[in-house]
Amino acid sequence: MAIRVTSPLTREEARKLHSGDSCLISGVIYTARDAAHKRLCELAAQGKELPLDVKDAIIYYVGPTPAREGQAIGSAGPTTSYRMDAYSPTLIALGETGMIGKGKRGPEVIAAMKEHGAVYFGAIGGCGALLSKCVKKAEVIAYEDLGAEAIRRLEVEDFPVVVIIDSEGNNLYETGRKTYLENFT
Amino acid sequence: MREISASQITDVVARLCVEANCHLPRDMKACIECSHDAEPWAPAREILERITENYRIADERCQPICQDTGVACVFLEIGQEVHVNGSIEDAVNEGVRRGYTEGYLRKSVVRDPLDRVNTGDNTPAMLYYDLVPGDALKITVAPKGFGSENMSQLKMLKPSDGLQGVKDFVLKVVEDAGPNPCPPIVVGVGVGGTFDKAAYLAKKALMRPVDQRSAEPFYADLEQELLEKINALGIGPQGFGGKTTALAVNIEHYPTHIAGLPVAVNINCHVTRHKTEVL
Ligand code: SF4
Repeated sequence: MAIRVTSPLTREEARKLHSGDSCLISGVIYTARDAAHKRLCELAAQGKELPLDVKDAIIYYVGPTPAREGQAIGSAGPTTSYRMDAYSPTLIALGETGMIGKGKRGPEVIAAMKEHGAVYFGAIGGCGALLSKCVKKAEVIAYEDLGAEAIRRLEVEDFPVVVIIDSEGNNLYETGRKTYLENFT
Repeated sequence: MREISASQITDVVARLCVEANCHLPRDMKACIECSHDAEPWAPAREILERITENYRIADERCQPICQDTGVACVFLEIGQEVHVNGSIEDAVNEGVRRGYTEGYLRKSVVRDPLDRVNTGDNTPAMLYYDLVPGDALKITVAPKGFGSENMSQLKMLKPSDGLQGVKDFVLKVVEDAGPNPCPPIVVGVGVGGTFDKAAYLAKKALMRPVDQRSAEPFYADLEQELLEKINALGIGPQGFGGKTTALAVNIEHYPTHIAGLPVAVNINCHVTRHKTEVL
């Protein structure tokens, strides 16, 4: 049974999620990739206000394809997360509670997640057409010049993800593979 | 000499960019469905079902299978008796520009790797030319996503490393990549040639259908052996565990220097796309 998660996500709620949990996210999430993360962290370093409220925010690592008429968004699956590793600890310290992407995370990100209480969700990579159906509304709120990499505010409904790394550092990439190998080899 | 106009090339490239991005090749679909039936791990089967559902939606809506609609790799096999009236390079780039703009595809190319300003139309294409006998022009468009491209590696092995060295390196690259390149993956291997030739062969290997083994029995067996070894690693679809880590291993080889054994491994994802047309 999938767990329903509402976004914004408080630290308290984030801490209740466990590695391996299937979740359906509904509410407001934000998109950002490498270029947007870089700008956000530069602003943070200068002590300036960010164009989005990172407190309790879930950030989705995605650069969608352009929407056709009548669509909220084009194809919108996750991008590889490790490219955001240099920036995530800063955003987590500022209040980010969830990240959606695919692939491994570095030790500095996991340490920040454990310290502050944040989770790393995985969406299925390469399923952008399927995932786009869960996005009901999309609006560029910053860095329009970055095109696909601009920051968008998304309204999502039952967006399917799995908790890969929880706030205690448990990691599905390690446990899933181990369990499979123990059972089938 | 047979005349082919630049505008004909542009039209074909534009159409192939859209078709390749929205419709997964039939051999890939069949291979994913087969792997699903052979997958013993229920969570892995579920992911393979979502993947199947995704390409069906893409087919129906003519929507990109994946949001990373890639850099456009364009392979041209040009018959020696063909004369193209106009610049081939410009014709291809105009096709990419049109395909990516009119087809609602993502523009993912930056004009300079260090200043990183987006070109806005996904040009330039990565062009590969081959001169062949005859008067035909064969165009293959293969949009290449970078989640998997970034997980590719090349190594100049020593001749003494031999066959075992090649096998170990391929397995190491897949292990290093883990969940990052959206497994199940397709593994393109280039063995021999020079530093750059090996990389080219690895990319070219990805153009071969996944249900077609090397024409040479030795390499066909090696492909099969490597596929089995990769699928014994347990990485599984999306890296959540399972048998289906790779769908195929395709190897291309070429003569090389007495002192060398170059091996390149080009990783592709379960959205291995390409579409060909012959003019
Ligand atoms: S690796 Fe392939 S499936 Fe994954 S995001 Fe990139 S193009 Fe899409």
